[in-house]
Amino acid sequence: MGKTIVITSGKGGVGKTTTTANIGAGLARQGKKVALIDADIGLRNLDGVMGLENRIVRNLVNVVESDYDFDRALVRDKKLENLFLLPASQVHDKDALSPEQMKEICTRLIEQFQFDYVLVDCPAGIERGFKNAIAGADEAIIVTNPEFSAVRDADRVVGLLTSEGKNDIRLIVNKVRPKMVNKQHMLTTSDITEELQIKLLGEIPDDEEVIISTNRGEAIVFNEHSKAARAYRDIVDRLQGKNVPFMELKVEETFVDKLKKIIGLS
Amino acid sequence: MLDFLSKLFGKDEETPSKVTAKERLRLVLVHDRASLSPQLLEILKEELIGVISKYMEIDKHELEVNLDSTNDSMALVANIPVRHMKRSSPLETN
Repeated sequence: MGKTIVITSGKGGVGKTTTTANIGAGLARQGKKVALIDADIGLRNLDGVMGLENRIVRNLVNVVESDYDFDRALVRDKKLENLFLLPASQVHDKDALSPEQMKEICTRLIEQFQFDYVLVDCPAGIERGFKNAIAGADEAIIVTNPEFSAVRDADRVVGLLTSEGKNDIRLIVNKVRPKMVNKQHMLTTSDITEELQIKLLGEIPDDEEVIISTNRGEAIVFNEHSKAARAYRDIVDRLQGKNVPFMELKVEETFVDKLKKIIGLS
Repeated sequence: MLDFLSKLFGKDEETPSKVTAKERLRLVLVHDRASLSPQLLEILKEELIGVISKYMEIDKHELEVNLDSTNDSMALVANIPVRHMKRSSPLETN
């Protein structure tokens, strides 16, 4: 029996869409049948991150309006044959959908189309779009960044999820900069889990490779050289119940760092 | 000389900014979380009435329960008018 997971954050720009695309690709690579729903009606972006922007025929709102006819609404990924995108509509707004309709979509994808995972990419904010996106979710993944505003918003979202009875919540801390953490100028992941009091799913280093992949409309998760990719692969394994140790994000020492150590300045 | 070197390599003597961020975050989260939802407050009221009614007769309609917060602390303030004290303690009746 499949399950629905919502990827949410409260704050925008923390990496929800990238995370959705990469977890989806990672699960699909391991043979799971995965559907990604872009719930950001009016501001769709998951299609672009996956490089599928030119293949969209019908969207989420069309499916609901046609009494759940999914024909040509699910776009197959370019590389992974069991990864599908259900795009958002670009012309409607958040009110075009109700939480009940969203729930029905998730249920049908699992029961009628036998998806193992339905991942819902939630829009920023805590209004209608958020309420729609979480409606069908069995579990939630909160994405945050190691900074004040993102953590504060994440805490609000934890509160809203639990008040809706959704208690299976895990955290991804994205865009971690180990060098700043070492200098004590960035909140550590344990600082954040301590404040939010939710379980950690993974920690992803800030990595330029992510931007390069997004430029190309490709998933980064299979990149062998990227640290962010490795972190995403670990997250995919943990999601499936595997016990993967948390890797420590290390700073690559520069010549100046070594020099500082020698003369006792750091 | 060491001063000069410290400056040259940018060694920071101030409080690390993440410590400040964490302290600020902790305070603001206490406040953000303090807004108890009306439903939760209602449940809390009902349970309070249940417990206190074992010991005394209270005016349920005049009862007020609120969460007060100042800059760095929070208090649950309840104003519960008592009509009568009960003669027997709940321990004896049980």
